[in-house]
Amino acid sequence: MKTRLFRNTLMAGLIVQAFSFTHSATAADKIIKIDGSSTVYPITEAVAEEFQRAKGVKVTVGESGTGGGFKKFCRGETDISDASRPISQKEIDACKEGGVQFIELPIAYDALTVVVNGKNDWVKQITVAELKKIWEPGSKVKSWKEVNATYPDKAINLYGPGTASGTFDYFTEAINGKAKASRTDYTPSEDDNVLVQGVAGNAGGMAYFGLAYYLENTDKLKAVPVVAKEGGKPVLPSEATVMDGTYQPLSRPLFIYVNATSAAFRPEVKAFVNYYLENAPELVKEVKYVPLPKADYTAVKEHFKAMKPGTGFNGTSEVGIKITDLLSRIK
Amino acid sequence: MEHKASVLENLADVRAMIKRHKRNDTLFATLGLICLMLGLMTLMLLFWQLIADGHPKFNLDFLTEFPSRRAGRAGLLSAWVGSLLVMSVTFLTAVPIGVAAGLYLEEYAPKNWFTDLIEINVSNLAGVPSIIYGLLALGLFVYMLDFGQSILTAGLTLGLLILPIVIVSTREAIRAIPVSIREAAYGVGATKWQVVYDHVFKYSYGGILTGIIIGMARALGETAPIITIGALTFIAFLPPSPITTEPPFLNFEWLSSGFTVMPIQMFNWLSRPDHAFHVNAAATGALIIVVTLLMNGAAIWLRYKIRKNIKW
Repeated sequence: MKTRLFRNTLMAGLIVQAFSFTHSATAADKIIKIDGSSTVYPITEAVAEEFQRAKGVKVTVGESGTGGGFKKFCRGETDISDASRPISQKEIDACKEGGVQFIELPIAYDALTVVVNGKNDWVKQITVAELKKIWEPGSKVKSWKEVNATYPDKAINLYGPGTASGTFDYFTEAINGKAKASRTDYTPSEDDNVLVQGVAGNAGGMAYFGLAYYLENTDKLKAVPVVAKEGGKPVLPSEATVMDGTYQPLSRPLFIYVNATSAAFRPEVKAFVNYYLENAPELVKEVKYVPLPKADYTAVKEHFKAMKPGTGFNGTSEVGIKITDLLSRIK
Repeated sequence: MEHKASVLENLADVRAMIKRHKRNDTLFATLGLICLMLGLMTLMLLFWQLIADGHPKFNLDFLTEFPSRRAGRAGLLSAWVGSLLVMSVTFLTAVPIGVAAGLYLEEYAPKNWFTDLIEINVSNLAGVPSIIYGLLALGLFVYMLDFGQSILTAGLTLGLLILPIVIVSTREAIRAIPVSIREAAYGVGATKWQVVYDHVFKYSYGGILTGIIIGMARALGETAPIITIGALTFIAFLPPSPITTEPPFLNFEWLSSGFTVMPIQMFNWLSRPDHAFHVNAAATGALIIVVTLLMNGAAIWLRYKIRKNIKW
């Protein structure tokens, strides 16, 4: 009885709400709903906070993960979806079924960082081939000596993200050549702080995660410079090396996907995305991610202004793609 | 002579036996105390750690600020208001239904296989992991009944979760009422409802209240089912106020509002890279423990108070 009463009240409320949507009426109906990746969350949260303060439009942000976010997005429940990887073929199909068209916008870079314990004094650099030797499926590497004969015979203890994470997908694709292909006998955790603790407490420890978690723990951990190609220079992850494209192959773009209908018919959503791209260089840096080069933001803004729906990825992920190339694929 | 000697010999044996048994007594008492302390000290240590880590945030600003990307500016406002509103929906649904169900099962239900089946199910439900309730609620409340990811959905979900606790504790409380009270009431011509309402319910009130408060305290700390139904993390505004200045002075819009709750806010802060957020998380944890302890304390105090007033 009580439930029915509530439901009726709620239904009435929803009808009123739906009604006022078409008239784009009161402020209460103008809530911009965002959900998705927990990696992108800090950036979107920062933008949402500033936008709400500046324009008085209400914004909510959830963190159901990239996959969970797309589920809601493709049902039309959210206006924007945060993603730490490109939309997959399955999700493209789901969006088609839900009648949701989307605009794909790269908004920042994250540098996946390979870290070792702060007391580790033997690893000065690591090649992609060495990383592959350690992390490839079926790898039997148990000691640092097996990675490189000059290293001491110390046990190597591996920590990494759980298999549901976008970080895991990108790292395995970039290092092992196939998304989700990895050795499985490492200590996984969805919480990056657990990985930090693991490597910090273990002299032979090694892990990979987003740059921000390394930058907050430089007293306990050491980032390892990565050599992309045999004979190349070792490169440390930093704002400069990610922006000029030398930190490869572990720089990955982060995205927001905007519901095209919301962007076209709801001025506050359009204003929010413009505000996002306008303020990204500053806010992205503040939450310890790497902004895109200026020219790329201009290109992304143009792309949004033209409202071109679709993805440049064809439902698969790619390593080391340039933002401008990506945008030019969508006609 | 020989007989006496054996008694004397036995005396030593008996004394040794008594000594041994006394030693066992002390041994067990010590062991029990250690076990008790182990549990208690762990809790105290945890609580102390939270206070030590979170004490810089023990101020009013922490309760009156919205979440923020800057740890120093971030507060709990939307989280504690969310928790409060969700809890009130939980209270309004689980309590009437749970108490009525408990009363019915104990006083009215015929003793047959069907009642037995219900009883077994209710006890089993009390042990079902909370994430299962979250999944049920996602299918039932969010999509089938179309309540969305709202305060209403969260409140009903937690209501379902604590319903078995309320039912079981109501029944336990009722069972503690002596049969003679009922018989006396029937003896002076009271109807069943008069017996149940004026005597059984009134005397078991303290016990029922305890069950309700313990259930609510559990619901306060639940995270898994709330995450499953899609609680938000960043929400820097409050739901519409339930009380308005214009007639009819009540507003139900808040039921359909998005929300976050304290354990989720804590979880989010804990997973941040910036250590300053971990201070906020610790402060939130300490607050949740304090509120839970206060609720449980209130339960004990109320039970004591109400029991004292009942004289039979």
